[in-house]
Amino acid sequence: MSVDVKTVKRVARLARIAVSEEDAERMTGELNAILGFVEQLNEVDVSGIEPMTSVTPMEMKKRRDVVTDGNKAADIVANAPATEENFFLVPKVVE
Amino acid sequence: MSDLTRLTISQARAKLRGKEITATEITEAYLSAIDRANPALNAYVAVTGDRARDMAKASDARLVKGEGGALEGIPLGIKDLFGTEGVHTQACSHVLDGFKPRYESTVTANLWADGAVMLGKLNMDEFAMGSSNETSYYGPVINPWRRSRLDTVVMPTTHQGDGGFVSSGGTKTQRSLDNAQLVPGGSSGGSATAVSAFLCAGATATDTGGSIRQPAAFTGTVGIKPTYGRCSRWGIVAFASSLDQAGPIARDVRDAAILLKSMASVDPKDTTSVDRPVPDYEAVIGKPIKGMKVGIPKEYRVDGMPEEIEALWQKGIAWLRDAGAEIVDISLPHTKYALPAYYIVAPAEASSNLARYDGVRYGLRVPGKDIIEMYEKTRAAGFGREVKRRIMIGTYVLSAGYYDAYYLQAQKVRNLIKRDFENVFADGVDVILTPATPSAAFGIADEDMAADPVKMYLNDIFTVTVNMAGLPGIAVPAGLDPKGLPLGLQLIGRPFEEETLFQTAAVIEQAAGTFQPEKWW
Repeated sequence: MSVDVKTVKRVARLARIAVSEEDAERMTGELNAILGFVEQLNEVDVSGIEPMTSVTPMEMKKRRDVVTDGNKAADIVANAPATEENFFLVPKVVE
Repeated sequence: MSDLTRLTISQARAKLRGKEITATEITEAYLSAIDRANPALNAYVAVTGDRARDMAKASDARLVKGEGGALEGIPLGIKDLFGTEGVHTQACSHVLDGFKPRYESTVTANLWADGAVMLGKLNMDEFAMGSSNETSYYGPVINPWRRSRLDTVVMPTTHQGDGGFVSSGGTKTQRSLDNAQLVPGGSSGGSATAVSAFLCAGATATDTGGSIRQPAAFTGTVGIKPTYGRCSRWGIVAFASSLDQAGPIARDVRDAAILLKSMASVDPKDTTSVDRPVPDYEAVIGKPIKGMKVGIPKEYRVDGMPEEIEALWQKGIAWLRDAGAEIVDISLPHTKYALPAYYIVAPAEASSNLARYDGVRYGLRVPGKDIIEMYEKTRAAGFGREVKRRIMIGTYVLSAGYYDAYYLQAQKVRNLIKRDFENVFADGVDVILTPATPSAAFGIADEDMAADPVKMYLNDIFTVTVNMAGLPGIAVPAGLDPKGLPLGLQLIGRPFEEETLFQTAAVIEQAAGTFQPEKWW
C-alpha cells in the first residue's frame, strides 16, 4: 500500500499537524519508503496467532478505590502557557 | 590528586566510604569537566550545578556519619526523558519548551534515595526517536571517539619514542586522530557520550528499540535494557509504552550492575511494573559461566555486515567457550520481521502518547484563529521532522480501514518473535550472543541516512527484537575496529535473568578489557 499527497494531508489533519504543500510532498515520499519497508510483514503466516497484548504474562494491577492524591490544581496548571484561577485558557471553542 | 572523574563507580564508592575523597570533591571535578567539554561534545542540555553541590554536601554529611546509601555521593547524568522535579525536562523537544515537572520519576527518585548526586540533564534524540542523536532540538551530541589511522613517519633520531614505537629503519608508526565528527548513536547519545568522556560517573538512559545498547556500543560503554517491567516507567516521558524501558549506561559491567540495582523497583504507580524483588546484580560478577549454554542465532548474520563485526562475534564466541560455556547454534526464524513490526507498533503508540502535546497544558503554544488551528500550528512548530514522520505513520496505521492490515498484523508477528525466543530458552539456552550493532559509529550528517529514513532504522536491527519480546539485553564493548572505533557485543537473556547477563558480560569484559577515547576535546 502507498499513500498520495491527499492522504498525507488527511492524516496530518487527523494528527493535528499543520503541513504546507511542500511538507506534504516530502512526507509522501518518506511515508511510502517506510510503508514499503513494513510491507514484508504480509508474507508472514499468522493464522491462529493472537495479537500480542502484553510481553509479560501478568494480571493488571488494581489499586484500592480510595482517594490517594489530590488538591494539586496549582501544580497541574503550573506549566500551562495560559491559565486563569487554576483553569487552562484556550481560544473560544463554543460560540 | 589524580583525576577523580576517571574513577569507576565502584572505585569512587570505596574511596568515599573510606573517607579518602568527599562527594563535594568528586562533584566539583565533574562540574569543571562538563564546563570544559560540553561546548565541544554537547552532551548536557542543562547543568544543575547548585543542586549537585547541595546534594553532594548532604551526601558528605551522611558519609561522615557512616550512613551513606548504595550510591552515596556518586555524580550521575540524567537523560532528559526522566521527569526531574523543578528541573528542565523536555525530551529534547521544542514542544516541551520551558517544562519543569512538579514531580520526580520513580527511577530518579530511587537514585536520589540511594544518595546519588544529579549533575544535569543529558541530550537525546527528540522524544527518544532516533539512532544518532541528531534529531534533538538542542543539536547533535558529538561522539568522544574519532577514527584514527596509522601513519608511518620518518623519525629524526633525536626525538624517539613519544607515544609511537620506533622501527629499525628510523621510522615509526603513529596513530593519528581524524577530525571528522562522529555520532554517539541514539537515542541516549548524551548519556553514552557523558559516560565515555568522563562527564559523569554513570547515566540513566531509556531503550525502546536499541536506544541504550546502540549508543553504548558506539562509545565503548556498557548499557543494559532490563526486562520490560523491571524499572518503573512512571514519570518518564512516554514514547512507545509497550516497549520503553529505563536502564543505565556505565563505564564497566560492575557499574552497570550497581546502577540497575538502584534504578529498578516494584512501583504501584506503574501497572506494568513487575512484582519481583530486585536481586543484588553485583554479586554475580566474577562467577564462572562453566556449563552455561550460549545460543548463536544464525539469522543475525545479515547481508552486507562488515567483516570486523563478524570477526568480533567470533572472538566473543571463543572467549565464552574458553570460559567453559557450551556454544550452540540456534534459529530465531522471525528475526527479520522485528524491525518492520517495530515501525508499526512504536509509531502507533507514539502517535497516541504524543497527542497530549496540544499547547494547552504545558510547553509551547502557537496561537491560531481557533483551537484546532492552535493545535495544528503548535504541533507543526514544536515537533521535529522525525517525530512528525512517526506520528504520521502511527496515525495512518491506526486509521479506519488500516488497523487490521498493519497494527493487528504487527502485533501477531510480535507474538511470533517472542515465541522464537521462548523456544530456544525452552531448549535450555541460557543466553544469546549477537553483535550489538551492524557497524561502528558513523559520521554526523551522513547523507545516505538523511536521504532514507529506513537506512537509519537499520541501526537497530540486532537490538529491536529484544524490545519486541520484552527481554533483557546488554551491550558490552568487545574491541576496536581497524579505524580504532569501539564495537560492542550483545547478550540477550530470559525474562528477569539480568544476573545471567551481568555474569556473562563480565567474562567478555575480562577478556576484551575496557576502552577509553583519546582526549581531543
